[in-house]
Amino acid sequence: MDLALVWFIAIAVLWTGYFFLEGFDFGVGVLLPFTGPRNSVDRRVAINSIGPVWSANEVWLITAVGAMFAAFPAWYASVLSGFYVPMLVVLLSLIARGVAFKYRSNRDSDRWREYWDLAIFYGSAVPAFLWGVLFANLVQGVAMGPDHVVTAGLLDLFTPYALLGGLTTLSLFTLHGAVFLTLKTEGPVRVRARNAALYSAVAAVPSVVGFAGWTQAAHGQDWTFFTAAAAMAALVLGVASTRRGREGWSFLWTALSVLTLTVTVFGSMYPNVLPSTTDPAHSLTVANASSADYTLTVMSWVALVALPVVMGYQAWSYWVFRRRVTGEAVTGESVTAGGGGGDTGTAAVADPGPPRS
Amino acid sequence: MEALDLARWQFGITTIYHFLFVPLTIGLSFIVAVLQTFWHRTGRHEYLQATQFFGKLFLINFAMGVVTGIVQEFQFGMNWSEYSRFVGDVFGAPLAMEALLAFFLESTFIGLWIFGWHRLPRAVHLACIWLVAIGTNLSAYFILAANAWMRNPVGHEINEETGRAELTDIWAVLSNDQAWSTYVHTVSAAFVTAGLFVVAVCAYKLWRNTHHGDTGNTGEAPSAREHSLFRGALKVGLVFTLLAGAFTVLSGDHQAKLAAEFEPMKLAAAEAHWDSEEGAPFSTFAVGDTDQGHNPIDVGVPNVLSFLATGEFDGEVHGMNDLQESYEEYYGPGDYIPNVFVVYWAFRLMMGLGLFGIAVAAAGLYLTRGRERLPRNRWFYYAAMAALPAALLANVFGWILTEMGRQPWTVHGELLTAASVSPGVDLGTVAMSLALFTAVYGGLFVVEVGLLRRYIKKGPSHLVPDLDDDEDESTIPHFSY
Repeated sequence: MDLALVWFIAIAVLWTGYFFLEGFDFGVGVLLPFTGPRNSVDRRVAINSIGPVWSANEVWLITAVGAMFAAFPAWYASVLSGFYVPMLVVLLSLIARGVAFKYRSNRDSDRWREYWDLAIFYGSAVPAFLWGVLFANLVQGVAMGPDHVVTAGLLDLFTPYALLGGLTTLSLFTLHGAVFLTLKTEGPVRVRARNAALYSAVAAVPSVVGFAGWTQAAHGQDWTFFTAAAAMAALVLGVASTRRGREGWSFLWTALSVLTLTVTVFGSMYPNVLPSTTDPAHSLTVANASSADYTLTVMSWVALVALPVVMGYQAWSYWVFRRRVTGEAVTGESVTAGGGGGDTGTAAVADPGPPRS
Repeated sequence: MEALDLARWQFGITTIYHFLFVPLTIGLSFIVAVLQTFWHRTGRHEYLQATQFFGKLFLINFAMGVVTGIVQEFQFGMNWSEYSRFVGDVFGAPLAMEALLAFFLESTFIGLWIFGWHRLPRAVHLACIWLVAIGTNLSAYFILAANAWMRNPVGHEINEETGRAELTDIWAVLSNDQAWSTYVHTVSAAFVTAGLFVVAVCAYKLWRNTHHGDTGNTGEAPSAREHSLFRGALKVGLVFTLLAGAFTVLSGDHQAKLAAEFEPMKLAAAEAHWDSEEGAPFSTFAVGDTDQGHNPIDVGVPNVLSFLATGEFDGEVHGMNDLQESYEEYYGPGDYIPNVFVVYWAFRLMMGLGLFGIAVAAAGLYLTRGRERLPRNRWFYYAAMAALPAALLANVFGWILTEMGRQPWTVHGELLTAASVSPGVDLGTVAMSLALFTAVYGGLFVVEVGLLRRYIKKGPSHLVPDLDDDEDESTIPHFSY
């Protein structure tokens, strides 16, 4: 098999890993306002369910983009410059949300936390939407000249198909995040998350069915029929499992839906990586956008050695934090009364330690 | 005004901003790991307090370094698409390796360290912060190797057909002199910065305690324990700074020699040195006339530049006028002289401010010799507090020297900056993103400094209570967001 194709698959794997992992932490961010009243312990429970892991989830994005740079420089260059404004908005969102997670509890002030909660909400919802828009465009193609410079204007990127793509990732990630919360929390947050999962299914199921169906009908290959169908079926099964309170199964199904949908998108793109709607001859393809074999060989060895190790220790970190997050765990044992939000003035350290005798 | 100019401003602003946090992350991760190791080995409560206190400050800073780092990775494609197309084959590889080998390590284990105080065995938890420190240092190596390649493009050839650079030898890229020398210089300067961060924080606390008799806004009396903690941490910071400072100076000298070899134009511009000369003087102050190519006023120390550049007092140092002539012959007509004013003063400010920080550390170590001694003179405390911004600015000027001195090239001798910019991104778009980044970064800077001040004022006993006399086991606080 030729190395360029191997790296196309590797990049698909990295994006799939990114959407699977950051998908649920985007979802938790989108649902934050619905997990509990302002400044409540409940909201902190929700944030702490992804607290130790969201940052490493985001590294999948950094690795995916870095791999595009190394393995398909022309793809990286055309996509990032051609989608300049959406990428700028994604960056600003990721900045706002990343800082918000870390700084939210650093001051004992209700207004302070409310601002950061807004940053978490928009910082999660906006990229969750824009990734769908972006990938729909990568499948559908954009206006692009012979020098591979994208000539499409900003509004040209928001076609009906692209908007449906955005709605799909937003609603699917929200559902995925809701299911994650049911699995990782206890008490009122778990109950609200279950409801949120069922509500978001109302948007997610038709979006995924519509988007996967449209993708398959207009751009798909023979084999992507099966992954597109699997994306729809897995999602329906995920919702059914949630209804029956089977949280673990439900998470596996929504994860599978994210995974198969991403594979469908990459499969439908191939052999192009960015089709040109101006003239198919100007399209960027796996063959014409890739680096030379030497670079790809070097990168293959690095990935072959490093990726299993990375996946190993990242999985271990999930194992360490496998317990459900509870209000008591978040506020510390010594805080008993009220459970308002004002207990975080001590920042990193909500718990002044067990009472001394 | 063209999109190119604004794209350069944006790159400069976002990179400099990012690099305010990076050196602190690199150095403080190490210092926190050392403090926690002390605690692990001795079990002394003060070390736990110091670990948590500086750990907290480290984390506030770390968050900002991470989020501004994502911008860096995207920016090459967004604003510099032609650069990315040309170099991706070579330059992308270390970037991808950085993510795969270093960023995952940092991000995963920082999460484990922050939330793992109660869930991991102590030795495993200690290993987590060391892995974070190793991750930050590894990441610095890859990105600096990529940057060094732009100044000394080795291990590649140009594909005639596509006009793109293609990697032929990854080891040449990762192990050439520019790469490791830049690494030693940048990372030791980062350690100096972090060391001076600790020094400045301790100086502030000790000065407040002795001169104002308070510990921030807690209203409590200054505690003797806190005093001894900060005195101890001050010495750790001073020793750290001085050791790292020695490496910074030595590697800086090596950097000058490499510049003479690979980037003679940068060295000449950094010295406002117009005409080739044997036994060239080191300029201490000059007023230049860049149109005529000479300096009406130049106060120099004889032979020192020759020594710095070549190791011999009468070695030959090329001047800008001669280099310009030979570059034109080789690369065709054009202006190959960087902005002499900026490069000349960036060089001096980098050295001056850096040496000031190291001098403060040396003086501090002398003034705190013995077991109990602390300087009485308030000027020491002022100088120690000023040393932190000085070190941060020295880093900034170092990068201005490196990057502005390489102009007009992005890849020395191969690709001009003017040919690197994204052709499809117009002036208005770049203006908007420049304005947004500047505004957001400015706002976040205020937030970050405010938070740091707040936690420094509150002090370590706020995070980890002092040990009561009848207690012999420290309670580790519980972390959550």
